[in-house]
Amino acid sequence: MSDWKKIAPLGDIPRQGSRVVEVEDGSIAVFRTSDDQVFAVRDACPHQQGPLSQGIVAGHTVTCPLHNWKINLESGEALAPDDGCTNTYAAKVEDGMVYIQL
Amino acid sequence: MQKILKQRKLMKEHLVLVGNGMAGVRTLEELLKLAPEQYDITVFGAEPYPNYNRIMLSPVLAGEKTIDDIILNDRAWYEENGVILHTGDPVVEIDRVKRKVVAESGLEISYDRLLLATGSDPFIIPVPGSGLPGVIGFRDIADVDAMLEAARTGRKAVVIGGGLLGLEAANGLQRNGMDVTVVHLMDILMERQLDKLAAEMLKTSLEEKGLKFLMGTQTAEVLGEDHVTGLRFVNGEEIEADLVVMAVGIRPSIGLAQKAGLHCDRGVVVDDTMQTYDPRIYAVGECVQHRDQCYGLVAPLFEQARVAANHLAKMGIARYEGSVTSTKLKVTGIDLFSAGEFNEEEGDETLILQDPAQNVYKKLVVKDSRIKGAVMFGDTMDGTWYFQLLREGTDISGFRSTILFGQHDLGDAGHGDEIRVAALSDDAEICGCNGVTKGDIVNAIQTKGLFTLDDVRAHTKASASCGSCTGLVEAILSSTVGEGYDAKPSKKPVCGCSGHSHDDVIAAIAEHELKDMPAVFERLEWKTPDGCATCRPALNYYLLARWPEEYQDDAQSRFINERAHGNIQKDGTYSVVPRMFGGLCTPSDLRAIADVCDKYDVPEMKVTGGQRIDLFGVKKEDLPPMWKDLTDAGFVSGHAYGKAMRTVKTCAGKTWCRFGTQNSTGLGVKLEELTWGSWMPHKFKLAVSGCPRNCAEATIKDFGVVCVESGYELHIGGNGGIKVRVTDLLCKVDTEAEVLEYCGAFTQMYREEAHYLERTAPWVERVGLSYIKQRILEDEVGRKALSERFRVGQEVAQVDPWKARAEGEAAHEFTPLKITA
Repeated sequence: MSDWKKIAPLGDIPRQGSRVVEVEDGSIAVFRTSDDQVFAVRDACPHQQGPLSQGIVAGHTVTCPLHNWKINLESGEALAPDDGCTNTYAAKVEDGMVYIQL
Repeated sequence: MQKILKQRKLMKEHLVLVGNGMAGVRTLEELLKLAPEQYDITVFGAEPYPNYNRIMLSPVLAGEKTIDDIILNDRAWYEENGVILHTGDPVVEIDRVKRKVVAESGLEISYDRLLLATGSDPFIIPVPGSGLPGVIGFRDIADVDAMLEAARTGRKAVVIGGGLLGLEAANGLQRNGMDVTVVHLMDILMERQLDKLAAEMLKTSLEEKGLKFLMGTQTAEVLGEDHVTGLRFVNGEEIEADLVVMAVGIRPSIGLAQKAGLHCDRGVVVDDTMQTYDPRIYAVGECVQHRDQCYGLVAPLFEQARVAANHLAKMGIARYEGSVTSTKLKVTGIDLFSAGEFNEEEGDETLILQDPAQNVYKKLVVKDSRIKGAVMFGDTMDGTWYFQLLREGTDISGFRSTILFGQHDLGDAGHGDEIRVAALSDDAEICGCNGVTKGDIVNAIQTKGLFTLDDVRAHTKASASCGSCTGLVEAILSSTVGEGYDAKPSKKPVCGCSGHSHDDVIAAIAEHELKDMPAVFERLEWKTPDGCATCRPALNYYLLARWPEEYQDDAQSRFINERAHGNIQKDGTYSVVPRMFGGLCTPSDLRAIADVCDKYDVPEMKVTGGQRIDLFGVKKEDLPPMWKDLTDAGFVSGHAYGKAMRTVKTCAGKTWCRFGTQNSTGLGVKLEELTWGSWMPHKFKLAVSGCPRNCAEATIKDFGVVCVESGYELHIGGNGGIKVRVTDLLCKVDTEAEVLEYCGAFTQMYREEAHYLERTAPWVERVGLSYIKQRILEDEVGRKALSERFRVGQEVAQVDPWKARAEGEAAHEFTPLKITA
């Protein structure tokens, strides 16, 4: 059920950026932060489903491009004072390849 | 692990706060935001209450609020933040050698850092009898209780002092049914805040409410045996009194500091970091003397709190440089405001609006086209606006003739009379962008304990988008929590990642030759490793504008629209707007656009206000192939998505129009060829009209040209958006070559000096037209240099981003990843 899926070499995701992975029931945004960690969250802001993958990444947060909600990439939770949560998926880098767990 | 944690806890430094009032606790709040784990904190307060809002004592006395309403931090707050609170137990001794404090109860606590916030004491006039029961100050909840008690049993009250505090006390006592006389030494009330005329109007209004006044009267003696019975004045007259309130001023409470041998003058002397002469001891609030000033209003205290917290958190970057203060009288039904230096001196100019029938008086004192001071009576709605213009030193020459009529007279999104927020119902919409009502804002302020405009923005989104309702939100804030709360620092930082203003950052990038973002972060001591979504786009722009040939643009610090070179729409698709120079096009251009729309199933096309065609609903992955087709047909990006040069609008022009002069359309094309591709602090629009009928609407553009028979009029700083602003006339020139040179120079000056996300209209208002004229018109060498710098930057900037991406640049931006295994 929950398998690690190989996505792409880490170098394919820009640092402080993200790429989108299409899955059966929507899109997952895979982020690479400035410390070269990877995070995967559903590509929909809890506010109005804005594409988080298109936001600006700072530290381990992304700012939604539609209305500037800030989402914690580790937990998927919106930073106060906003309130809401988007799904997260486990993600890792092994031998330079990015994997996410579906 | 547990052990290590314990050990770390043991190693925490100890911070002791002496004085549980607004300035001290505000400092703790700021400190906990910056460094929540740095200190174990203990607070001593003389009063038996947790921190309350002292400036709201007057409404409590007047019966408009209860004590619970004005508690700012309840005991739960102290517990949640691990702060130990000792109320009703004043510190009586500071031992600076052993670094400990001793409280009245005998409790001794040692400190690593000490924060003094002992506030002030009411000044009791040293006349015979001033120590009698029934003679009180107006300073704390105990005084309010004493006054309320007196109102239940006594009849006559005398307030000595016709200043802000005295009048609020008098009003409150009168509301509680007492017969109140105000005794004032001077001939005018509130002489430190009001000029003679406003003071007269105030006195008349208060007399209509039933207060009595004895002006120019000095107290000689308080009469009575075991309780006050009256006063005798220097002129020999006497008055009966069951209660005497002394409200003649406050004195910084420095006894404790003096006893500890700290250097004091009128207050505890501190430097710009709020440090006293003992480096372990900081001081904030009314007990402090900074650059020879003592402050008794809340806004400066909050600025001090922010600075002290920064240094206690060992960040060491903030400086307190003094405050300009403003005052509002909290007497229901009387609107009064004053700020700055409102009594004109030689060389000042005075603007006055006086309407005796409406009981309205407004006076602005102006020097060198900048506001020095303001006094308002009857209509104070624009007080915050005047105060902002004063603090920011804005050149008012552009709107001087209408300034007294208020901000809404400048066309502030048509709020007009609605601006009287107090009269608005709770369901009145304040922020049209985010659909926030007055009730939402008031509710958030009250339930979440918000203090500042930024807090309100964060919690409600009100005024967080276009900002046109900022004045309304500020008015609601001040009417809900009381005056002075919106303690904006005089220099607004770029964002929470640093204390630096936009101007500081721009200057540092140039001065220290900072050429990439890590260099800026390091030099200016950014608190966050990567910055945030607010500062990074600004820094990216400033670096690009300063070092066009060297700086490597950082795509990840740009908003998605600029990264993807299209406008993201609310369904996640993009819009594509090809550039049409001067709005001109050919059949084959239109055919190419039509073909592209067919090929990529563009659901909607629209002719834009900028004279080109917007193609909506394009899927992100279709962007590069679509751009390829468009660039093959000769188009370049229209930058309709960027903080960049957008369009040059033109009219029909001399070729066809019987009124046309000059080659206006051709000039429009040349201007667009000169400026396209340029990144700007904000969007930037141009227009060229062929005659003064101005069909291209050049006088609401950032840079507009109106052609006339004898040459070209150049207009700057217009805006047709949220807040319509008509341009200022910069000058008239004779040749097209001059138009292009002046345009390049003006554009470059804006690019180099405006703040990121500041349109030309507010920029021109902020720096002043005369300054821009001086740089562009009077300094020919400077103008040519600006124009040349613009040209150099354009050599790098005029690379079509669409063509580059059609050829494969930044391909990762446009293609989704696939699960490979």
